[in-house]
Amino acid sequence: MLTNTSPAIEAHGLSKRFGDVVALDGLDLEVQPGRVLGLLGPNGAGKTTAVSILTTLLEPDSGSATIAGADLATQPGLVRERIGLSGQYAAVDEVLTGRENLQMIGRLYHLGKKAAKARAQELLERFELTDAADRPAKGYSGGMRRRLDLAGSLVAASPVLFLDEPTTGLDPRSRLELWDIIRELVADGTTLLLTTQYLEEADQLANDIVVIDKGRAIARGTSDELKAQMGGERLELIISDEADLDRAKSLLAAHTPSGRVDDVEVRPSTRTLLSPVAHGIETLAAVIDQLGSNRIAVSDIGLRRPTLDDVFLTLTGEPAAQSPKPTDPAATALTETINA
Amino acid sequence: MTSLAHTVNDIAVVAHRNVIKITRVPEVLVFVLLSPIMFVLLFAYVFGNSINIEGVSYREFLIAGIFAQTVAFGATFTGAGIAEDMQKGIIDRFRSLPMSRSAVLVGRTLSDVIYNVLSLIIMSLTGLLVGWRIRGSILEALGGFLLLITFAYALSWVMAYVALHVPSPEVINNASFMVIFPLTFIANTFVPSDDLPGPLRTFAEWNPVSSVTQASRELFGNIPAGTPEPTAWPLANPVIYTLIWSVVIVAIFLPLSVNRYSKRAKG
Repeated sequence: MLTNTSPAIEAHGLSKRFGDVVALDGLDLEVQPGRVLGLLGPNGAGKTTAVSILTTLLEPDSGSATIAGADLATQPGLVRERIGLSGQYAAVDEVLTGRENLQMIGRLYHLGKKAAKARAQELLERFELTDAADRPAKGYSGGMRRRLDLAGSLVAASPVLFLDEPTTGLDPRSRLELWDIIRELVADGTTLLLTTQYLEEADQLANDIVVIDKGRAIARGTSDELKAQMGGERLELIISDEADLDRAKSLLAAHTPSGRVDDVEVRPSTRTLLSPVAHGIETLAAVIDQLGSNRIAVSDIGLRRPTLDDVFLTLTGEPAAQSPKPTDPAATALTETINA
Repeated sequence: MTSLAHTVNDIAVVAHRNVIKITRVPEVLVFVLLSPIMFVLLFAYVFGNSINIEGVSYREFLIAGIFAQTVAFGATFTGAGIAEDMQKGIIDRFRSLPMSRSAVLVGRTLSDVIYNVLSLIIMSLTGLLVGWRIRGSILEALGGFLLLITFAYALSWVMAYVALHVPSPEVINNASFMVIFPLTFIANTFVPSDDLPGPLRTFAEWNPVSSVTQASRELFGNIPAGTPEPTAWPLANPVIYTLIWSVVIVAIFLPLSVNRYSKRAKG
């Protein structure tokens, strides 16, 4: 399958409404074999709906898709034979043991009793679940459940894998473990569609990223391309004395890529200045140095990476829906700067 | 494997999984088996002393009614099991697998028959203790048990269909209580249907719970000689009437449920 160039996942104009709510509004996707596509968006953007449609759990109102050469509408059974799915909520049977869960899935992929057993053992070892293999999954930690759920999606070694928010709700250590596992899968040549709310996760794992909001793709590109579109890192400076604002502003302007004073955003109420920077940490060091020699007292200073909020503000001019973080007015100004 | 062999395999795998679950959570089984004992004893000793039916001991009359009521309530387990699997995302896992579209539901309804078989055994033993006897042939009595299980199996498909529409297992318990309680009381289960007022009597005579109860009484030999033949057709032909209902219920609710399972909409 890797030898021909037809995409492993190809979707055109997928749309889905639930009553008055438009969950998907003409989404196009394309993933080449062996690549990882990150579908990035906030809660309610349509990520899970897209995955549900592509894995035959949900019928789209309109649009078409081909998964690993099988047509979604006319050959859903064939699609199911060629995909693995790990959902947002770890769908393992709590009462069954880890081993029983995997064996059951193997037998439902029609591997045969013996092969299903062998495959379960193999996956338990690979996912470091052998110690807990014969205990009911009820007693597993969140990270172990996710690993078991992920192992379940790999039972048939399907060429195309869908992971719907695989790390949501996990502690940082479990998240890193899961990232390593996903990287291994990709190294083995699996085609992967991954949804996430976290820019960093898409950044770490995906070759290509599609940002979706309100059921539509609002940006596509590699992680670097998207970051460049957002204006990269910015320097955030909070000074101690309001009287120094103008001096600090012209000092910062000299370090912006354009060198223009207009690129520095000033928020007098919090004595905060925000400015795009050309050389990251070097610029930060230089700015700290100059602030010292100009006797401008500093309360706080640092580099600020683009967040998912920034992506949304940049791309839509609106804050990301249901984002836990407060809106940053500076980013709105950034949008204007970029659009200008 | 052919597609039929696949389907049989899938049903067996799902049923096996459900059976493992029954053995892992024995608390459920304990209550499943204790409540029929409680019902037999309650009705036998509380109602048994105040209800008099001419020519027959009330306890003998009562047992078939309790059997019918208990196995009818057994359908609740099917509904609750499916609703729980939906809530926990297991159904979506199954739906993403290349397995038969009917296997999850068929496997579930089949494995739940275990509950009814076990509760019939326990109730029969309790019944024997309080004075109930099988007075016909063993073969006929087995036929009676089989008919009860067949009817209950059909009802479990109704609950399967309902379960595919509800947000949580708790709803199933309330829904089945609302439906199955009237069905099993407006019937000849605990009092003869002849004694009921007009419309209720007609309902009771055509209620399949009455016919399955009547059939069981006949097959257990619990209707004393000289009792007049029931006039309503369903009660005069209770085995046929119960079988017709069972077939019709499955013929309607099996395809409806499988269709709903295949297309389940979700947010």
